[in-house]
Amino acid sequence: MELSYDIGGGDFVNAGRASSAVKGILKQLNISAVLIKRVVIALYEAEVNVAAHASAGKISVSITKDVIRINIRDKGPGIADIELAMQEGYSTASKEVREMGFGAGMGLPNIRKNSDTFNISSTPGEGTELEIINRLSN
Amino acid sequence: MKLKEVIGSLDLEVFYVSNPEGKTVSGGYVSDLLSDVMGNAEKNEVWITMQSHMNVVAIASLKELSAVIFVGGIEPAEAVVRKAEEEGIALLGTKLPTFSIAGRLYQLLER
Repeated sequence: MELSYDIGGGDFVNAGRASSAVKGILKQLNISAVLIKRVVIALYEAEVNVAAHASAGKISVSITKDVIRINIRDKGPGIADIELAMQEGYSTASKEVREMGFGAGMGLPNIRKNSDTFNISSTPGEGTELEIINRLSN
Repeated sequence: MKLKEVIGSLDLEVFYVSNPEGKTVSGGYVSDLLSDVMGNAEKNEVWITMQSHMNVVAIASLKELSAVIFVGGIEPAEAVVRKAEEEGIALLGTKLPTFSIAGRLYQLLER
């Protein structure tokens, strides 16, 4: 099963729509609650990252009998130092975003924690791409 | 404990609730950092916070929380309440600060 969703940069009102839709589908597929929880946490954080940092993003979700693979690609400033961005507590979020309770530097670490395999690549000035893979047979 | 009993015992203001007799409260989570709640809150907990924007409802729904309690007399905007109605998320309020309402909820659930 292949799904795709668009996310708008700055669009916090709709951040979470894709997570909610994917959660509904995984429930229908009788995926375990533990795995759904992991996927939803990782995807929600990724959606918020696009809203907070990028100008636009695209999410592709592929569900097979073995694996849930999520790809999030955004157009935006990118990340110059990925190692630094992966550190808990590090954030470049704006004051406004922090006031909403985001931008605590927990997003990317939360995504990694809730992925069986997590890949991140970025080109500064162009955008960032994440791959979140969770296996069904854990 | 049922949400109805929590609302009554803690004298909470109700901005929106549906089926409080049917909703169970298993515990509470206190945080104003949304990623913290996303990562660590558990299903059927009540979230105590001073954040009152749209994403609070989204997270409460994704995490299947029983309710959100806004502290210090904070009232959610109309659009936030409408979103809560769509998602079936109970939005409650108290004039008490976080420490006091968290303490009372803890006592109530430990009773």
